[in-house]
Amino acid sequence: MPRRHDGPQRHRDTEKIYLKPLCLCVSVARESAIAFGIAAMMYGGVRAQSPNLGTPIAEAEVAGWDISILPDGTGLPPGSGTPAEGATIFAAKCALCHGPEARGGTNAALVGGAPLTNGIDTAKTIANFWPYATTLFDFTRRAMPWQAPRTLTSDEVYALTAYLLSINKIIGAQDVMNAQTLPKVRMPNRDGFRPRFPEMIP
Amino acid sequence: MQQDLPVAAGNGLLHRRAFLAGGGTLAAAFTGYALSDTAAAQQLTDDSWSRGRGALIPEYASPSAFEKGVARTLSNPRGEPRTQHARTPHHLLNGTFTPNGLHFVISHSGAPDIDPATHRLVIHGLVRRPLVFSLDAITRYPLVSRMHFVECGGNSAPMFSNEPVQAGVQAIHGLVSCAEWTGVMLSTLLDEAGIDPGATWIIAEGSDSMALSRSVPIAKALDDAMVAIYQNGERLMPGNGYPMRLVLPGWEGNMQVKWLRRLELVDQPAMSYYEARTYAQVLPDGTAYQFYFLQDVKSFITHPSPGLRLNGPGFYEISGLAYSAGGRIAKVMVTADGGKSWAEAALQEPVHAKAFARFRIPWRWDGSPVVLQSRAWDEAGHVQPTRAEVVARRGQTKAPVTNLAAFPSQHYNGPTSWAVETDGNVRHVYA
Repeated sequence: MPRRHDGPQRHRDTEKIYLKPLCLCVSVARESAIAFGIAAMMYGGVRAQSPNLGTPIAEAEVAGWDISILPDGTGLPPGSGTPAEGATIFAAKCALCHGPEARGGTNAALVGGAPLTNGIDTAKTIANFWPYATTLFDFTRRAMPWQAPRTLTSDEVYALTAYLLSINKIIGAQDVMNAQTLPKVRMPNRDGFRPRFPEMIP
Repeated sequence: MQQDLPVAAGNGLLHRRAFLAGGGTLAAAFTGYALSDTAAAQQLTDDSWSRGRGALIPEYASPSAFEKGVARTLSNPRGEPRTQHARTPHHLLNGTFTPNGLHFVISHSGAPDIDPATHRLVIHGLVRRPLVFSLDAITRYPLVSRMHFVECGGNSAPMFSNEPVQAGVQAIHGLVSCAEWTGVMLSTLLDEAGIDPGATWIIAEGSDSMALSRSVPIAKALDDAMVAIYQNGERLMPGNGYPMRLVLPGWEGNMQVKWLRRLELVDQPAMSYYEARTYAQVLPDGTAYQFYFLQDVKSFITHPSPGLRLNGPGFYEISGLAYSAGGRIAKVMVTADGGKSWAEAALQEPVHAKAFARFRIPWRWDGSPVVLQSRAWDEAGHVQPTRAEVVARRGQTKAPVTNLAAFPSQHYNGPTSWAVETDGNVRHVYA
């Protein structure tokens, strides 16, 4: 069996120096109201050994980049839209690639989908696969239209989300999507997943 | 002479140290084969390139013009509005790290043309104080350099075909590469921002046009994650994340966000498009894996392989690549008789954790049809499964895969078998 040099092992020891105070902080903080003060002191100790080259920035200044929507709705902006409004926007800005009425074009169809009973031969779709409706809002806003991402208004993204959920029979044709209603949409395959390594999920 | 050869397994696999342990006797035995190939001796004279001065040495060198075939294959060379894949030609390379120009790339909307002077990395969310870092600031931190492979979760996807695709290493396994990454440990930057005890995940986001985002458990971020700014000694290639990317050693390539601009600490995963939809794998029972995270132990033979024809019977070195999210590769076994007998290959030293290990084993081919295959073990005890084991757990297509650019599923880590025909051609088989 080949012998290995011990360089990486020394790296690991260095990492433990970082890990220990953090682990302590987490366990202490969960039990005590004064924990954050203790944590700040301990972090202060670690930080004193750091070059400290980051520049403080206010969350308000990050807002222009802060576009992640979480499954519980955190991050959803004000605004609203309906399936009917979405149909008009889709025809103008999305059908070029995804086809009329989202039936597919040079890029994927966004309507329909077979049950997930055909193993890896089953195409994954909004209707048969996506676990959270918030992902639809998040991805449409951050990445679409492909040629001009982040040009849609919040109302337009809500409307497109409503349209895609409606043509997939997940919400009604009259349902309005907004920051309150979207996180409450239950996707059909919500419980169809299992973590590959459950012990690694926080 | 035959009985003097240190045979280690069937069909001519020799002991991995045949040329080291045996010394002159064995080397002489093999020289016999080489001499038979060069029987037509000729008078040596100066070649044309030896009779005049050579070419100018350029500021930034490119490989010899004779090597122009050593290139990545492109899935979308005209940049149509869809994903681009550039696959590494492992059958034309050797050693353990991938030259930067040949490192695999997948980009869903091209490579952004980022000005390093104005690029910023923000850490915010559940932190004591949000911070922004310039590239200049990142460059001033204590830097670490580590060898790590990066592999697309969809690498080796053609192996899910119910019949072996007729393709080589580049088409099947070209979406993995290995480099020495240099950067600042992410834990250092997170310490500085101060992690709120409620934070459990970090959303990493790029500054590409799709603002690609993935959720990473905090534990990984504090373990060995790095914000890398150098790749094999020079700044990152544009396609690999210039000027900075996340490196999550051993984890799914798509999570190692390129063109990194934002890290948001949160108390739940974002369930972003690529984690909730693309990199979740449908299983035979209709459920799906979520958060696969790791690139399991895998190996494949690069030499010989399809496209590299054997030039008659005699001595060859079989070599290939092995790697695992589980740490260092501990052992690679090779068979030349389709799995009936196995011999242990030598590993190129040093063997780095979560990096390519180059394995080699000498082989005397007698010219008859053989089937070559490799199988790897890592230091944590993970064993590369057989293809049958992968298919039993994950399924396979019902019809043969004809589109090599398609991804029937992801995270195939079973073996790959190469059949050597009597004419020296190599083709892909299941064995």
